[in-house]
Amino acid sequence: MRGSTRRGAVVAAAVGLTLVLAACGGDDDGGDDSGSGGDGGSSEGPTGSVSINSTQPENPLIPTTTNEVGGGNIVDAMWTGLVSYDSATGEPGLAVAESIEPNEDFTQFTITIKDGWTFHDGSPVTAQSFVDAWNFGAYGPNAQLNQYFFGPDGANIAGYDAVAGQTDDTGAFVEGSATAETMSGLEVVDESTFTVTLGSPNSLFETIIGYSAFYPMPESFFTDQAAFIEHPVGNGPFEFVEEVPNTSINLTAFADYAGDPKPQVENIEYRVYADLDAAYADVVANQLDILDKIPPVGLAGDVWKTDLEGRSASEPLTTRFTSMTFPLTNTEAWADPNLRKAISLAIDREAVIAAAYGPGNYVPANSWVPPGNDGYVEGTCGEWCEFDATKAQELYAQTAGVQGTLLISSNSDGGHREWVEAACTSIRETLGIDCQGDYDPDFGSFRARVNANEITNPFRTGWVADYPSIQNFLAPLYTSNGSANDGGYSNPQFDELIRQAAGLEGQEALDLYNQAESLLSEDMAIIPLWYDNGQRGWSTNVNEPQFTWKGYVDPLSISVQN
Amino acid sequence: MGRYVARRLLQMIPVVIGTTFIIYALVWALPGDPFAGRCGARPCPAAYVADMTAKYNLDDPLPLAYIQYLGNLLRGDFGETFQGLSVGEELLRAYPTTVKLALVAIAFEIIIGIGAGILAGLRRGSFIDNLVLVSTLVVVSIPVFVIGSVLQLFLGMRWGIFPATVGGDASLYNLILPGFVLASLSLAYVARLTRTSLAENRRADYVRTAVAKGLPQRRVIGIHTMRNSLIPVVTFIGADFGALLGGAIVTEGIFNVPGVGNLIFRSITTRDGVMVTGAVTVLVLVFLLVNLLVDLIYGWLDPRISHG
Repeated sequence: MRGSTRRGAVVAAAVGLTLVLAACGGDDDGGDDSGSGGDGGSSEGPTGSVSINSTQPENPLIPTTTNEVGGGNIVDAMWTGLVSYDSATGEPGLAVAESIEPNEDFTQFTITIKDGWTFHDGSPVTAQSFVDAWNFGAYGPNAQLNQYFFGPDGANIAGYDAVAGQTDDTGAFVEGSATAETMSGLEVVDESTFTVTLGSPNSLFETIIGYSAFYPMPESFFTDQAAFIEHPVGNGPFEFVEEVPNTSINLTAFADYAGDPKPQVENIEYRVYADLDAAYADVVANQLDILDKIPPVGLAGDVWKTDLEGRSASEPLTTRFTSMTFPLTNTEAWADPNLRKAISLAIDREAVIAAAYGPGNYVPANSWVPPGNDGYVEGTCGEWCEFDATKAQELYAQTAGVQGTLLISSNSDGGHREWVEAACTSIRETLGIDCQGDYDPDFGSFRARVNANEITNPFRTGWVADYPSIQNFLAPLYTSNGSANDGGYSNPQFDELIRQAAGLEGQEALDLYNQAESLLSEDMAIIPLWYDNGQRGWSTNVNEPQFTWKGYVDPLSISVQN
Repeated sequence: MGRYVARRLLQMIPVVIGTTFIIYALVWALPGDPFAGRCGARPCPAAYVADMTAKYNLDDPLPLAYIQYLGNLLRGDFGETFQGLSVGEELLRAYPTTVKLALVAIAFEIIIGIGAGILAGLRRGSFIDNLVLVSTLVVVSIPVFVIGSVLQLFLGMRWGIFPATVGGDASLYNLILPGFVLASLSLAYVARLTRTSLAENRRADYVRTAVAKGLPQRRVIGIHTMRNSLIPVVTFIGADFGALLGGAIVTEGIFNVPGVGNLIFRSITTRDGVMVTGAVTVLVLVFLLVNLLVDLIYGWLDPRISHG
């Protein structure tokens, strides 16, 4: 599942204000209403051990360079940022931050942090811990994967360019082009206060800094990185015990954790599985406590519902969106919006999902933003996302049509070949044209072709949001210079609406985002396909855990049964 | 004998260089840049790509990059994975598990395979003989992942007799199920090989002589027939052991055994080229050494074969 396990990456240039600022979020901090029945015994401290399925981290466990799920879940359990997202709603609330005060035009933020927070090694969490960590992440020669979160694609901190360095015409990094080691926009005022100056107004700043790239780092990291990689030190609810590569990563509850709620479970084993089917076998046999994703072997014929009766759940994920994108810059073949609409009309999403994933395991999409996100409006795609054979044929007849065979490109692993085949069947039967999959063996080779703009036929695009906001589903993907705009879609009106929304707050901003989204349905350069449902299971040893807005287990919600 | 071993060891050098070069070239010559998929739907930061390109010598022409890699290899440096773990240490951690699993599998081959082969070979045409023939035919014709998944479903998940997967605890008991699955195919071959070989030798002249001399049946079969009949079987098991040490990607995947096969599978899916090349280099070496060992044992078992 390469494609869908990626945490996506950055944030886009313009930003909108979908969320009310700092102080208002404070009360919601960690609002965990279920409590899993462990509340009464909170004086006893955390008890028991649980295991959670994981993959081997692909990068060192440093927040600024961890961008995939295996490492990301562990980093999220080991660190707490200035802001954290509510598990259920994704709403950002203050965590380590005492307050985050913007100036009038959202270009400068004064951040004060709470007293009493320490790292697992006992050293205090100070303003400097954040500033140093952010500078480290942005500094070009450090080659951190999450670097762009500090630049124009993300928070856009002033002075980023000098720290990040330059690229040449081919996009390659110019050695020695980073002229400063610290960003001029970061200024430490005192032990617990720092100010952040941005390169452009960004009313979503508070939401963005909840992402793991913005976690603080202890002093020991900067003095001995090799030792840190062996034994990472965070400030979150769980501290690192040991890693047995390819087997497991073990964490234990941090006794001096300053946040709230406190951990209810003492030990967590993130157990590494090369094949998710084996994890499924384990959770059915009660040898694995929490499985955050049911693999196809369990979904087929809905066996998971009987295998895991009373200890499984399915709910829509608010963070994932699968679509099909038409390339517009390297070919003229798809320039006619009616052709794109005809193809969208010809895909029976319900039937494709049933054939590829089992009925009901995904939700047909009729907008570009999954439900559950602030600003979601049902049916922005309207008629164009509803299967309608007659209309598809009529519309198709008005166009020049598809020359030769219609190809749909994707990576063939991770269950993608199945839906491409099913979608082709649907298109073939509806429009009477030939349709075939065009596959790369894995996500890496597929993305290499997409990034190189080599694909001249429609191809799969999937998005996993970096942070919970409608802005993150629109700006990076569909603005002309968006960092993940794969098809080269460009609509000046759309760009302008997104830009304006970045300077506004609340409903005003949402209205502009919605207007921008409705432009997408006129152009249909990107066809919405479906939103993900998350299916998960747990053993009889634990109470039902909660899952984060990203669809991964919230370690603070885990408790063992008495 | 000494000269034979020396010659064989020398022959290994071109084989090892050739195979590692092919693997190295294949891994790094995969279409597209190896870091394209590492940042989701976005290209990775230029600074990251530049750093990794330099770290793995990807800017150099392939032969040069390979020579640098080989140079490090000769100094015992297998390189580092993308995560920054030492490839050498990872292999050292994974190997004992794979060896254990291979030994469990070999034990099954010897006990069940040879046992069934002897029973069938001694009574050709009997019910036992037919049973062995039919059941081995069934086993041979079912793919390993089917056998593995079915046994896991019933013995592991439904009835809970064995743990469904192995994970970090590679105890002997936990390895019984994956070991049996891994052995199943070879086990069938061993049984058939033993049966045929035994049946043939029973008609050999020296057996008739032994019977004519008046030796008791037990001694004729137990000493004379058996010893000669097992020569091809030992060779087969030896070669199989070499192959099993290469890790079993399918079986280790189904039962989540943290062995070499699992390591290679994961490294291929994450395109961790250094890990793949390192692991395969070691596999080639192990396979060649085990084969040499088998050839030497063969000469010792069967005096007609000489390694002069």
